[in-house]
Amino acid sequence: MTVIRVDKDVDNLSLTVVAEFDAPIERVWQLWADPRQLERWWGPPTYPATVERHDLTPGGEVTYFMTAPDGGRTRGWWRIASVDPPRSLEFVDGFADQDGAPRDGVPTTAIRVELAEHEGATRMEMRSTFASLEHMEQVVELGAVEAFQLAVGQADAVLAG
Amino acid sequence: MLGELDDKAVDVLFHALADATRRDIVRRCIAAEQSVSRLAHAYPMSFAAVQKHVVVLERAGLVTKQRRGREQLVRTDREAVLRARRALDQLERAWRERVDRMSGLLAPDPSR
Repeated sequence: MTVIRVDKDVDNLSLTVVAEFDAPIERVWQLWADPRQLERWWGPPTYPATVERHDLTPGGEVTYFMTAPDGGRTRGWWRIASVDPPRSLEFVDGFADQDGAPRDGVPTTAIRVELAEHEGATRMEMRSTFASLEHMEQVVELGAVEAFQLAVGQADAVLAG
Repeated sequence: MLGELDDKAVDVLFHALADATRRDIVRRCIAAEQSVSRLAHAYPMSFAAVQKHVVVLERAGLVTKQRRGREQLVRTDREAVLRARRALDQLERAWRERVDRMSGLLAPDPSR
């Protein structure tokens, strides 16, 4: 079991996921700090992420797009609030238009990542916080496309086999 | 589709859930309806104060109130509570999948 705890806080509109990895903290940090590694896990295999700009400094930006099976692209961005390698990273994640500019009126998510050494392994805590239920539902709705694509992709593979 | 609530309804819903007593009332009234007077016994506050909490919950659509004789019976609308949880469930799934992919990247390469 990699995920060791999940807190869903309906009252504070936040989701906290705690995971433990059998790897050194510097190695786990690279999953976030190296854009080539980040793009291998941020999106599902059927909806892979491609990271364009990647500046993990306070005020810096990460820009990325995710490619649908039909070739369509969904663009997103992060704005870095704080970074303390290899221990913590705080950023805001949002949706962008086709030119990569942040989309107006579309909700954003505040994400805080904390890494800590724990009995020879690395513990990672990720907390996502939303401004309102409306925002949370919109993020889920926009992001659900990825999840559906993944589910459909897996169903296709099963059917093809 | 998740966007079945309009903005105002969502604000009202979350204001309603932002208070510990109101959350407790929602929990108590899931299993069975309870009278306002019985709820009032459960908290160190006046009948009127509990009555006010119930009104806030009622306006948010989380509970319904029905008059029977001299009593007012409160019942939780499970659907409204579930709607708030559903969004968090979907987010949890997305993050669990991400963590799985992270683990895959950290695992020693079997081809080496």
